[in-house]
Amino acid sequence: MDIRPILMTLRRHKFTACLLILEIALTCAIICNAIFLIDQRLENMRVVSGVAEQELVYVKTAYIGNRPDAPARAAADIAALEGISGVKAAALIDQIPFDYGSDNAGLRLTLSQREDSLSAAMYHGENLLRVLGAQIVEGRDFRPEEYVPMSKVVEALDKGELGNQPNPAIVSRAVADRLWPGQEALGKQVYIGQDVPLTVVGVVGTLVRPSEMQMAKGAQYSVVLPIQEGSAEGSVYVLRTAPKDRDEVLKAAVAKLMALDPNRIVLEKGTMEQHRRDFFQNDRAMASILVGVCIAMLIITALGIVGLASFWVSQRNHSIGVRRALGATRSNILSYFQTENFLLTTMGIVVGMVLAYGINLFLIVHYELPRLPVMYLPVGAALLWLIGQCAVLGPAMRAAAVPPVVATRSV
Amino acid sequence: MFGYYLDLAFRGLRRNRMLTALMVLAIALGIGASMTTLTVLHVLSGDPLPGRSASIYYPQVDPQDISKYVPGAEPPEQVAWIDGMNLLNAKRATRQALMTGGMVPLQPTQSSIDPFRAMALFTTKDFFPMFGLPFKYGNAWGDAEDAGKAHIVVISSDLNDKLFGGKNSVGGTLRLQGADFRIIGVLGDWHPNPHFYDPYMGNYASDEDIFVPLTTSRATHMGHEGSVDCWGNGNGGPEDLERSQCVWLQFWVQLDDAASVSEYQAFLVHYSEEQHALGRFTRAPNVRLRSMMQWLAFQKVVPSDARLQTWLALGFLVVCLINTVGLMLAKFMRRANELGVRRALGASRRALFAQLLIEAGTIGFAGGALGLLLSLFGLWCVRQQPAEYAPLAHMDTPMLLATFALAIGASLVAGVLPAWRACHIPPALQLKAN
Repeated sequence: MDIRPILMTLRRHKFTACLLILEIALTCAIICNAIFLIDQRLENMRVVSGVAEQELVYVKTAYIGNRPDAPARAAADIAALEGISGVKAAALIDQIPFDYGSDNAGLRLTLSQREDSLSAAMYHGENLLRVLGAQIVEGRDFRPEEYVPMSKVVEALDKGELGNQPNPAIVSRAVADRLWPGQEALGKQVYIGQDVPLTVVGVVGTLVRPSEMQMAKGAQYSVVLPIQEGSAEGSVYVLRTAPKDRDEVLKAAVAKLMALDPNRIVLEKGTMEQHRRDFFQNDRAMASILVGVCIAMLIITALGIVGLASFWVSQRNHSIGVRRALGATRSNILSYFQTENFLLTTMGIVVGMVLAYGINLFLIVHYELPRLPVMYLPVGAALLWLIGQCAVLGPAMRAAAVPPVVATRSV
Repeated sequence: MFGYYLDLAFRGLRRNRMLTALMVLAIALGIGASMTTLTVLHVLSGDPLPGRSASIYYPQVDPQDISKYVPGAEPPEQVAWIDGMNLLNAKRATRQALMTGGMVPLQPTQSSIDPFRAMALFTTKDFFPMFGLPFKYGNAWGDAEDAGKAHIVVISSDLNDKLFGGKNSVGGTLRLQGADFRIIGVLGDWHPNPHFYDPYMGNYASDEDIFVPLTTSRATHMGHEGSVDCWGNGNGGPEDLERSQCVWLQFWVQLDDAASVSEYQAFLVHYSEEQHALGRFTRAPNVRLRSMMQWLAFQKVVPSDARLQTWLALGFLVVCLINTVGLMLAKFMRRANELGVRRALGASRRALFAQLLIEAGTIGFAGGALGLLLSLFGLWCVRQQPAEYAPLAHMDTPMLLATFALAIGASLVAGVLPAWRACHIPPALQLKAN
């Protein structure tokens, strides 16, 4: 189809055509970035935890009043929890994946290093990996004799005794790959605090760290230490069970803990599955808002195209009649309006792509977002071409229905 | 004349209902989305203490070791126990208070209420007069209670309603952390937003229920909550916080004029030098003294999601407006005949322009009204969201007026170009074409 007559006509409606192009360009630019943002949120939500999410329940408690013997009572609590029918294993640990708060430390490769090589979540608690179901891919888990109570660690740290001994640690694959790319991690040393050396005895495949803010710095940076967690505030009882038994086990566990010591308050309890869902609720809400805005924007743009196309059709009623009288078929008229819309949309998309990168630059500067991948542009373009063609179809059909006899009438 | 134009505008709008409805809808959607997000932003970036915030400052000093020192780096966001106590006891400002948040187990005497954890603030006496807390019953504590680690507590009116049915509970007892505390004051209505003095408990967190002297909270081992940042071999263990190399307290001062602000700044530098001489500080004096609003801006308390949503909504509004410009142009140009006749009969360009703008404004008013409903609905949706600030999202009078101002302003802007073009059509040409 010859597009020259179309361009000539558009030149006579420069202002309206420009408006339409501008509207399509803005819609295209915003939608490309919005889809990108949606995808970022969905990617956050897809993070692999490395733990047996379907099999875990947890309980967080706090004592009323002071309990100097709280650390000692932890062992009794765990033994009682493991006695509940359906419980495969139980542990008391300092933090679990998808907590809002987190316990982290900086890791350095040498003592003279000024900046930390990376900051990782510090997990600890007896039998933590076995209960959580995180897989060790290299080396070994801690031996029972390697576990030390938290109080002893604090004491040794104060006396500066930890600097002189090899302290075993298990690191995640991501930490090992970052610190020693392409090398064997087992047996390597890394420092935390002022001068405390850690010796890697095992590597765990995947173990996600808590806290959204920390996850942004490396979602899989985790270190596990052989420290026994005392039953203090903030620590978490985690129980492993069959997925179908979770609700009953949770109920029984809370009852058991309260029976052992009624002088405490249950702060939080639930399944790991629900803990994960709650953790990402803001991402989910933001993604649905973005989807809503995209849809609303496409509808508005489509309505704008319908409105302007109808206006043009009614304005050109007479000339359409003349063309029909001179032998143009209905499909000629139809394709005229569709091609016209295609041209305008294409121009809008071209401008829109440039704008999309502009908006992306703004987001990079102000919201620390990554660069917009090129693949989002064709997606946005296809969406607008589709919307444009659908929107123009109605007015174009009306134009095609104009009878040739209109040419003989004066308006 | 205005009445006549308004009548003409209504006639004009009725002529092509479909197009009119489309324009009103476009403006309403754009306004609804923008006003929803702008209202959220307005609520979130408000002044928590109107009239008082200008004289409240947040001092920072830098006690960290030299090992990770980078010149010009920001000092820690909180203070260590030793520095907090030193600055507090120096009394160099009109008022000063040291504080941190916590959760304290509370055992009600009534058996009908289960024990629960109450949100607490551990602070010193000036907290109440400095931030202007209203008291319903009783009053705050003084120096003696701070120094004597007294077992006293000030409670919120919510807690008073919950435990004592709103009656005057001053003199009564509250069982906290397994010990008895005497109630000395009940607060009135006080809900500052953002929760500026202790953002570590959440920027828009619900307010504390109990206020206990900081010294008492340490002596009775009440659980501290919030961020603890340590350096060297400092460990954030709850029992070692007084002597460990960690910052975990917030320190606020009241400085009434510019002279005392610069005096206090000098004092902070002097204090750092003194601590350096004593060997406690190893870095060169690195102090900050931000006013409350500067501190909130620096802390970026307004969530970035809320700001992003505002940009998105404004982008959406622009698309809606461009759409409206196009539709209005179509509408006005269709009436070229009528406009030509009116011009030929003697109406001036200015008169036509005014008439068309009034028509555009009418569309804006209708769009604003519908947009207001949409933004009320939008705010209701925001309140259903999980974000911690969600319950605060309510429309207020300034935002309500702003909605109409924005709607009418936007539609006038959208109407200017189409109206300009429409009233520049040569009347003779129009008449001849017919």
